[in-house]
This record gives sequence, C-alpha cells and structure tokens, in this order.
Amino acid sequence: MIDPPADLLALEGVGVTLGGREVLHDVSFALAPGELTGLIGSNGAGKTTLLRVVLGLQQASSGRVLIGGLPRSRRSAGIGYVPQKFELDPDMPLRARDLVALGIDAQRYGIPLPSRARREAVEAMLRSVDAADYGDARVGELSGGEQQRVLIAHALIQKPRLLLLDEPLANLDLRSQTDVVALLGRLVREEQIAVLISAHDINPLLPALDRIVYLAGGRAAVGPAAEVIRADVLSELYGHHVDVLHLHGRVLVVAGPGGAGGVDMTLGHGDETEQHR
Amino acid sequence: MSSALRAIIEPGFFASSPVQLALEVATAVALVASVIGVFTVIRGQAFAGHSLADLNATGGAAAFLVGVGALWGFIAISISAAGAMQAVGIERRRGRDLATGIVLGAGLGLAALLLYLVSTTSHDSGATNLVLFGSMFAFSSSTIVPVVALGLVALAIVAVVYRPLLLSSVSPELAAARGVPIRLVGTLYLLALAAAVALSCLAIGAILSTALLIGPPAAALRLTRRPWLAIAAACAIALTSCWVGVLLAYDSYYWDWPPHQDGWPVSFFIVTLVFLAYLAARTRSPRSRR
Repeated sequence: MIDPPADLLALEGVGVTLGGREVLHDVSFALAPGELTGLIGSNGAGKTTLLRVVLGLQQASSGRVLIGGLPRSRRSAGIGYVPQKFELDPDMPLRARDLVALGIDAQRYGIPLPSRARREAVEAMLRSVDAADYGDARVGELSGGEQQRVLIAHALIQKPRLLLLDEPLANLDLRSQTDVVALLGRLVREEQIAVLISAHDINPLLPALDRIVYLAGGRAAVGPAAEVIRADVLSELYGHHVDVLHLHGRVLVVAGPGGAGGVDMTLGHGDETEQHR
Repeated sequence: MSSALRAIIEPGFFASSPVQLALEVATAVALVASVIGVFTVIRGQAFAGHSLADLNATGGAAAFLVGVGALWGFIAISISAAGAMQAVGIERRRGRDLATGIVLGAGLGLAALLLYLVSTTSHDSGATNLVLFGSMFAFSSSTIVPVVALGLVALAIVAVVYRPLLLSSVSPELAAARGVPIRLVGTLYLLALAAAVALSCLAIGAILSTALLIGPPAAALRLTRRPWLAIAAACAIALTSCWVGVLLAYDSYYWDWPPHQDGWPVSFFIVTLVFLAYLAARTRSPRSRR
C-alpha cells in the first residue's frame, strides 16, 4: 500500500481570536496539487486573516496548519504570496524584472552579483506569465492587471507548490480579471501547484474554480461551487435565510426576508457588475 | 585650456589644505547621503529624515556648550532620535507624521535655548551659523577619520541588508510574507539614516542637510528605473554639487561683491546646485515604458 500524497496545505479546526473577537471558528479544509480553490466571503469575513495564518504571520488560537503534511515551520518557506494592497509610485526605480528577481532571494543578505542564470530565470518567469513585453517598465507605471502578473511571477519564481493570492481581482477591469483567472488556471494545470485565491465576488472565478471555501460569520463551508453556493448551505452558514439567485450564468447571494440586511453578503456588487456588461 | 581653467578655478585651489579637507569630507558625505537617501525617498520617509536633521541642531548646540566637536553632538542626537522614531512606530504611516512633527517642535524649541546659551556664554559668534548652516572650510584635520568611519558603517549596513531592505521598502507585505524580519531591517536602516544625517549636518548644517539627503535621490528617481542606477545617479548628482559648490565657494573669496567679505557660504552653493539638478531632472519627460 502506498500512502496517498499528503495535501499541500491542510487546516484542521483553525480558530483565530483577535482582540476578544472570534474572527475564524473551526475552519478546516485541504488543498491538493492541481487545484484552484476560491476563498470567498464579503469584506471583513476573515479572508486576509486566514491567509495570514497560512503564511505564519498570524498565530491560530486553536487548531493546526499542516504544510505538506507537517506542522508549518515559523517561516513561510515554500509558499508564494500576492498581497492585496500593492501601490507603488510611478517613479519608484524598480522594473518589473527587478521585482521578479527579488522573488528569488530577497530574504538573503549581501549584494547579489549579476549572473546569467539569474537573468535567464527572470526572463523565463516573465514569459510564463505573459509579461515579457513589459519587463523593463517600472512596476509603478504598469496597469493593475500587468502588476498582478508581475506579482505572480515574483511569487512563483522559486517554484513554490502553493500560491496564495489576496483579492487579486479587486480593482481590475473585467478583461484583466478574465485574463488573470485564465493565467492562474493554466499555471495550476501546467505546474501542478495548488492555488488559494481570495475574492469578495465569486463570479469572475467561477469558470476556473475547482473548489471554494466560503467564509461567513467566521465559519467556513467547503466544497465544489455547486454544492456550496446553495440557499440551504449558505443559510445554515449565515445563521439566517439567504437566497441564491442565478442570473445569466452569474450567482448572487442576497439576504432573504428576515435577514440582517442584504448588502453585506451580496456576492459581487450587483449594480457594478451590471454596468460593466 | 589651462588659461580657461584658471579663469574658473582661482589660483591655489588644489594646494589649499582647507579646500582639500572640504573636498574629502564632501565626497564621503555626498556618497553616504545619496545611498541612504534613495531608500529614504523610496520608503516615503522624507519628512522623518528632514525632522531627524532639524533635531540635530539641538545636538550641535549641545556639543558646543560641552566643548566637543559638533559631529559627536549630531551623532548622539541622530541615533537617539532615530531610536525614538522606531519606538513610536515609524512604519505606521498615519501616526508617524504627527508624532514626528510634535517631537520636532519640542526639539527645535530646545535648540533655540541651547543656541542662545552658546551665543551668550561663548565668544564664538559663528557657532549658531555653523550648527545651522555648516562650514566646510572650518574642519580640523582630525575630522576626516570619524567621518569616513561613520560613512563606512552606514554603507556597510546598507550593503548587508540591501535585498531585504529594498523589498521591504517596496512592499512590507511582500517582505513579511517571505520571512524578511522587517522590523530588524527597518531598525538597521534607521541607524544608517542616523549616520547619514549626522554627516550631512556636519557638512552643510542641520537646517540644510535634508537637501543633500533627499535632493539628489529625488532627482535620480526621475532619471532611472533600476534601484542601483538610481543610487549611482544620486551619488553623481551629489558629488558634482558638492565639488562644484566647494569650488565656487573658494572662488567667491575673490569676488568683489559684497565688499569686505570672506567668501560666500559653501552650503548655499551646494544646496542651490542640488535644487537646480532636481529642476533639470523634472523637466525630463518620463521615458516611454516599453
């Protein structure tokens, strides 16, 4: 008998309490290679906190985090990360390729010697995220979608098996959203990595998602989208009745009668989405 | 050629020992201030750097009262003020400017008192001028050793933490996620900044030193897109400004206006040249990005 391969990432009953408030409660899920998982929830649902726990930047109050079957070590080695807030002045003297190169060894001390292997690794990485055209541009001058590609290249150049992205689609136009999602889908298949991507709007991700982790009220519902985005499952999660509306291939989650107001848990700001299409 | 040179460079420029000392100190200070200053500008801490410099007026005045070299006063104040900034939390953008501004106000008040005491208790009427605006031709030959030593320490710190410092200056989130100890790196950087500010204060005075710390890097950022090129360009601008500034100040001893004068202040020339370099860099339209 061969043991089944260990999950790249497993959370077992993880809870986080911040300043007396329980932000996450008993969250469990696992990520396998070749899967794209969406971490879905409205603003304040605990998505960033959960990512910080995986990265080791936030201690879990209970439960445990396993990486490759082992308890995580203190440093977040082997995990690529694309943060949510990334704002650079246009005059920041940093080209796209410089940022990608920092992905190789930014934690090392001393000044790196120029090396051909380094240059080629950076060039290959830029090509694999379709960013070779603007490798010499300053990062601060790139569009949001271009910056996301460069950040993904920065995160992946050391070939981690696990990639976390915090709201990578926020502030992108629809076209860029589609492109970034397609890129992530391709990287997941080609490199057999596991990707966990947080979003407040599930719709741009739906075509590429293998599974979702839906956060609400600090708790999580986990499974394929069709099994989680259902009125009964989400009503249970929210603790009151919600409706799931299907609208031309998109889903909207809205508070039902007697709910605590619809705005908080509307997945995807419906009115914004309407304007774009 | 030589007659043309002689028209620009007054006789005795290279033979004069105060000039040589001024050029040596200016070179060291220009290099250190530029290298550290690029990170100060990238990190958006120009105001913190400026405040650190202004607070040094207190240190310079105190050094005069105690009777030690101004550099020691600058170093003591720089390091303790940098430590205070770190304790207040210089990384938190919101509270930072407020805390810095309030401490700066109190520190300058103290500087006013100390400078008053210096001017009343000593017969050295130039002390206030020296602390606030520097005086490159007044160095004693023993100055150069601590200046070079301090500069080397600051440059060594930056060389060691170059990559973690660059990434955490660009994005603290990215750096933290990679396991960069951003607080430690930030503290080391502040130490280097304290050294750079102290040197800069010595060269062109507490009030003007920001010009050397921020000006050349700000101009360099308009001209280059790579981190190390920005550092090199800042060094070139600072060195040119300092050398030409010293030259012009030496020349000004021979100028006829104003009458009965002993030469214009070096700091005026350096700061003006830095400012002109910045204006020139600004006129340059950003290069097309592809």
